[in-house]
Order: sequence, then C-alpha cells, then structure tokens
Amino acid sequence: MTGVYVPGDSPLHRLPAGAKLLGLALLCTTLFLLGSPLWLGGSTVLVVLLYAVSGVGPGAAWAQVKPLRWFAVALFVMQFVLVDLHGAVSATLRLVLAVALAGLVTLTTRFADMMACFERCLAPLRLLGVDPFRVSLVLSLAVRSVPVISALATRVREAQQARGLSWSVRAFAVPLVVSVLRHADAMGEAMSARGLDDH
Amino acid sequence: MIRFNGVGVRLAGRDVLSDVTLSLSEHRIGVVGANGSGKSTLARLLNGLALPTSGDVTVFGHDTRRHAARIRRDVGFLFTDPDAQIVMPTVAEDVALSLRRKGLSPAEVDERVREVLARYGLDRHADHPAHLLSGGQKQLLALCAVLVLEPRLLVMDEPTTLLDLRHSRLVADLLRELPQPVVVVTHDLGLLDSFDRVIVLDQGRVVADSTPGPAIGHYRKLMS
Repeated sequence: MTGVYVPGDSPLHRLPAGAKLLGLALLCTTLFLLGSPLWLGGSTVLVVLLYAVSGVGPGAAWAQVKPLRWFAVALFVMQFVLVDLHGAVSATLRLVLAVALAGLVTLTTRFADMMACFERCLAPLRLLGVDPFRVSLVLSLAVRSVPVISALATRVREAQQARGLSWSVRAFAVPLVVSVLRHADAMGEAMSARGLDDH
Repeated sequence: MIRFNGVGVRLAGRDVLSDVTLSLSEHRIGVVGANGSGKSTLARLLNGLALPTSGDVTVFGHDTRRHAARIRRDVGFLFTDPDAQIVMPTVAEDVALSLRRKGLSPAEVDERVREVLARYGLDRHADHPAHLLSGGQKQLLALCAVLVLEPRLLVMDEPTTLLDLRHSRLVADLLRELPQPVVVVTHDLGLLDSFDRVIVLDQGRVVADSTPGPAIGHYRKLMS
C-alpha cells in the first residue's frame, strides 16, 4: 500500500475498488478454508493467471512476496517440524497467496479510489459523529509515513555510523522517535495550511 | 492587502516577534533574518498557523484570529520540507487531494491536476510514488498541490533551503512567473534580487524595510 500502483488498462484495473476488496476478502477466506493440496494448487494457478491478466509484470509481482521470503521459510520449517509436510506446504502457500492477492489489489488500484471506497463504507458512521474523510485520511497518512519513517531511520543509522558509534537500541530509538514526532508536528501544520482540517 | 498592527508573539516565555507594524501590498516581498529572528513565525501569521499574542493581523480584510479557515483558502503556504506536505502516496493523488473541498467532478479534478503537473514538468510522474521523487521534484509537487487551488497569495518558508542549485534556480524562475503576490522567507539572498520589497528581522523586530539593495546591505552588515 506504499504507492506501488502500476498504471494500466486491464480488466482488474477497471474493476471498482470496492469489488476488488470484496473479492480479496472472499478469496482469502476461501484459501484458509481449503485443505486439499489440489485446491491449493488450483488457487496458485488462479493467482498466477490474475497477475498475467493485470499486466503488472513479473518484477512488480515478485516485489509483493519478496519481503515475505524469510518468514515463509521459517513458517515452512516450523510447520514441518511441528506438524508434517502437508501442513507446512498448505500453511506457507496460503500465506504467500493471500499476500500476493492483496498486493495485486494494491498494484491495480489507485490509493485515492481505495480511500473513496473506505469513505463510502464508513459513511453510516456519520450518524455517530465519525467523519469518514478523517478516517480515510489517517489511513492515507499511515501509508505515506512508511517510506518517510524508513528514510528517517536510515538517516539516524548513517549519522551513528559517521560518528563511529557502535549499535545501540537506545542511541537509535531516541533520535528516531524525536525525528518522527517532529515530522508529525510539521505534517499536522502542513495539513492545516492545506485546509485539510476544515471539515 | 495584509496588515500587521502592533503584532507581538510570545512562545515558551520568549518574545519571538515584538511590536511589528507592517502594511504589505507589493507583488514580491522577501523576509530575511538570522536563525531565530522570527521570520518563520511572521510567515505563519499570514495564514493563521500562528496567532499573535498581542496586536492583530488582517489578510484580505479578515482577522486571522477569527477567520483562519477562510484565510487558508486564500493563502497558499509552502514549507521548507516537502516531505511534511505530501500526504498521498502518488503524485497526482496528492495534488487531487487539495481539490476535495471544491466540489468538482472527478473529470474536472483530473483535468486540473493534469494541467498543473504539466505546467511544472511533473506530468510524466503523475502515477509515480511521491517518496521516490528527488528533493527538487518533491518541492515542485508541494508547490503544485498549493497552486492547483489558485490561492490569492502564496507564502513560502525557505523554499530553496533543501534544493540543489538547478532546482533552486527553477523555483526562482517559477516565482517570477507566478501571477499572484508572493511572500518568501529565505536565506537565499540571490532569490531576492528581482523582488519589490525586502524586510529584515532581528530578534523579533523589523530593522530594515526597503527595496532589495539597501535591505540586503543592512542584513549583510548585521551578520558581519
């Protein structure tokens, strides 16, 4: 969800965000209900086909599951030791396929469309005094903050290395938290300046 | 257009601005001063992000204390760090977010976003993740997100501080072309050469206020 939308005109791109999110929820639930390796194999083929239809390319597809690789290996080994080979394959495949499907929704949906969909879904909460725009804005800020905090963390780590300091959780966490709080202050002020809190 | 009437701002027990009285109506106005001289606070007073502790600030006839939200619709503000201004994950989405309150149709929003991105050379990056842009491109994106609203006044707080020479020059060129009045807080004295008026602040007080030549000369003496 960190802005990896790949522009395109595939049927998946044209599908409304709400339909894709609903489809994702149904497919993920089905994945976790399926036990037979045959069905899981069929699901793998379906996910590969969906990626092919989307036209996002193998690089973007790999980027969705790549961060999961070490966790998937650990999960497989743990399940193999604690359960059996069938359990290990099923659990690992379910997880990888669910993440790949979620990634596919992100790759083919503009974040603004996702926000608009959340706002529509949350609209009934207006009766309770909840502003759907603010809720979707918080979600957007959370997504936008991932690369910003990652850049701040890199900056703190590089500053420590430049000063020849050895690794210390405290020496890393304190400046990072201070930087993040400063950034949050600046972002709040900038949002006020853009009139985003005038609702 | 803008009036500061005996304005003082006190923050954390310190007088950040003292007894500032100004009337601003020129097209290009620069504000310079040492770090901590109160220039960023002065800029923030212009759209109600900071409020005076004493005196009052009037922008387009509205008191910033009572009509801050109204004033923010007329006064665009560009911060030093564009990362703090960019809210949405992609370039076009961030510019489109600014237009939410305008009640435009999606097609109109798309058209205005495309137009402003094309004007500032970001149209090729419309669907790119904002965090992958260079520092200069991010500042241009922040500028697009402000200008798409066609503000009556633009306030910039050190807009070139984080930019390389090429992007600093680009921002300076854009500044010259903007149709609306601009107030720029800066340490980049070259940026002010073509300005109509430069205000020098020192320890929260206006110590020089004239055309760029004499004001910058005063500032250089102050700093030496």
